[in-house]
Amino acid sequence: MRNFITALVATTVLTVLTGIVYPLAVWGIAQTIFPAQAGGSLIVAGNKVVGSSLIGQNFSSPRYFQGRPSAAGDKGYDAANSSGSNLGPTNKALIDAVKLRLKSFIESNPAANPRQVPVDLVTASGSGLDPEISPAAAGLQVVRVAHARGISEDQVRQLIAENTRPRSAGIFGEPGVNVLLLNLALDRVAGSHGGATPGT
Amino acid sequence: MLSNSVIQLIAFFLIVTAISVPLGLYMARVFSNERTFLDPVLSPIEKLIYKLCGINPGIEMGWAGYAVSMLAFSLISMIFLYALQRLQYYLPLNPQGLAGVPPGLAFNTAASFVTNTNWQAYSGEQTLSYLTQMVGLTSHNFLSAAAGIAMAAAVIRGFARRSAKTIGNFWVDLTRATLWVLIPISLIFAVILVWQGVPDNFSPYVNAKTIEGASQTIAEGPVASQEIIKELGTNGGGFMSANSAHPYENPTPLTNLIEMLAIFSIGAGLTHTFGKMVGDRRQGWALFAVMSILFFAGATPAIWAEQRGNPQFSAIGIDQHASATQSGGNMEGKEVRFGITDSALFATVTTDTSCGAVNAMHDSFTPLGGMVPMVNMQLGEVIFGGAGSGLYGIIVMAVLAVFIAGLMVGRTPEYLGKKIEAREMKLAMLYVLIFPTVILIPTALATVLPAGLSGISNPGPHGFSQILYAYTEAGANNGSAFGGINANVPFYNVSIAIVMLLGRFMMAIPALAIAGSVAAKKSTAASAGTFPTDGIPFVFLLIGVIVIVGALTFFCAVALGPIVEQLLMMSGKLF
Repeated sequence: MRNFITALVATTVLTVLTGIVYPLAVWGIAQTIFPAQAGGSLIVAGNKVVGSSLIGQNFSSPRYFQGRPSAAGDKGYDAANSSGSNLGPTNKALIDAVKLRLKSFIESNPAANPRQVPVDLVTASGSGLDPEISPAAAGLQVVRVAHARGISEDQVRQLIAENTRPRSAGIFGEPGVNVLLLNLALDRVAGSHGGATPGT
Repeated sequence: MLSNSVIQLIAFFLIVTAISVPLGLYMARVFSNERTFLDPVLSPIEKLIYKLCGINPGIEMGWAGYAVSMLAFSLISMIFLYALQRLQYYLPLNPQGLAGVPPGLAFNTAASFVTNTNWQAYSGEQTLSYLTQMVGLTSHNFLSAAAGIAMAAAVIRGFARRSAKTIGNFWVDLTRATLWVLIPISLIFAVILVWQGVPDNFSPYVNAKTIEGASQTIAEGPVASQEIIKELGTNGGGFMSANSAHPYENPTPLTNLIEMLAIFSIGAGLTHTFGKMVGDRRQGWALFAVMSILFFAGATPAIWAEQRGNPQFSAIGIDQHASATQSGGNMEGKEVRFGITDSALFATVTTDTSCGAVNAMHDSFTPLGGMVPMVNMQLGEVIFGGAGSGLYGIIVMAVLAVFIAGLMVGRTPEYLGKKIEAREMKLAMLYVLIFPTVILIPTALATVLPAGLSGISNPGPHGFSQILYAYTEAGANNGSAFGGINANVPFYNVSIAIVMLLGRFMMAIPALAIAGSVAAKKSTAASAGTFPTDGIPFVFLLIGVIVIVGALTFFCAVALGPIVEQLLMMSGKLF
């Protein structure tokens, strides 16, 4: 019985310490030193939040680079319902979905070499919110975007380079292109008729 | 393997090794009540806690008393977490107005967090309020890990002491593990995670208007403070549903590296704590070597299999070749920033230990790639292992190894000068047998009962793998998943919760009992007949014992799942 009383008090005291004092300390330091990151790395344009630089979005217009397929929520990129597809490697549903995505990508990017479509562009990410695509996946979309916007391919390639994150310390992880930041940069380019076209 | 994969793998291992020595020696000081540089800050807090709880730190416990205190603490904190989830609707810090968690799921989650498993039948951002996340889950992340480390300290003392009746005071070990080890490291690295982009706020979910005019609701929360202890304490339950694959939990390759290092650091460090406290550092290095070799044995095939990719993708014409501009390989369920190497490496690290955090969806791994995490867990979570549980687990396996060596040469086996006799062997066998029992019997039941079969989401042999994986992780207190399985149903919530509880406590108690039993023994001086446990022959003997025990118990089951699926995949079969 004595053990249970000790356990009860110890649970309470240690819970206050690790479940209230510690998280509030982290919160206080985080909000003071890194308020933007602590707030979710939100991107504000004209008083409105357009998203987070860490969270991917759906893009359907040919004027925008498209991100990876997403299994988060019914329509994809549901940032309150993160999820992968969890389809197994021998599940017919996976292979069918990949086939369909490949077909649709080739149709909307006739200039792209259909044998060079990188695997990340036709597979769903683990979170369903992957903000990035591989540089190869961005490269294949250059002609389409440049054409739709009436700007030069070199200009588009330049923007891709500016929004490409290299490996950490040259070793860790893989390089990636942030799709949302790239598309925002495209909208800012003069002559590319900035401003969003409504989603379709 | 690609050269970058090799470089990443070796760099990671070297950093783990470099961290483990100072951390291990520091923990030895913490659990021997010696002075540390943090004493001026922490000793007053420690004394206050003892005063509030009425704990006399000078009184030590025998193994049974230690176990009873640990069980009492676990029971009370489990009830507390259950109640908090059920009542969250009526409590503050619930900006989304999330309802109380239903009973089955709340029971499962409470069992999951108290056993350091942290299986996610729940979906964080959809189910749990900020208060439940913080006061319920973050605190359990600390306390279940601290309880594990405390038990490791107690088991080490059992071997370090001679003719002793006690193995320590549970409350003191629990408090010191929390204050001296877990909180300081978490505090520093949580802030580093925020710097890299992990949020920490109490805002309501953000409503964004995307540049194509759609609306996107973005889940927020005090993520960073929970994120770091999730890894450091080898807990693994994500703040978000997608766990460390979520860009808010793990935004960059650097955070990924920090998280992987955090997962291994305590398990690796404790081998040196062990060596230091038993007075022979080489004994600790021997265990470290065993764990390291088994780590590479898992990481290498996992990276290879995932980089090789899915032959069905290549058949359609998808480009899976690695190049400077893409990682290639099987990217289903993986994030671009991690690519193949960091995803397969994380999967290995998280299942070598009992962590269970994931940065990629194991369910979508190739059959061989997905077999590595499963086998890692089936080897008993002793490859660095859970915070504390990994060390006492490998000590039990070492007892078994010296017994087998003793049989071979016809001598009474000894470990660290302690004679291993019938009582220790019975307890070690109990430990070894409980593990497959709590995993394989429920797996068999779930594969014949309609309630079990209805949870399967991937047809064919992969469906069996999903069930086998679910009970394996539960018994091993891992908490990672073949996530497609629909486990948030009464059958799985209750059965998995029971397996988690048995897998934690029915294995911890024999380990403590062994400690109590050897603590009482005199130490025998090493003689010509003593099998040295700090050399290369012992390292390979112990590896052999771990692999053979694991293979004998689980090979048949694994053959029916991943192995047959791999063969069918290579022949182009789909389900």
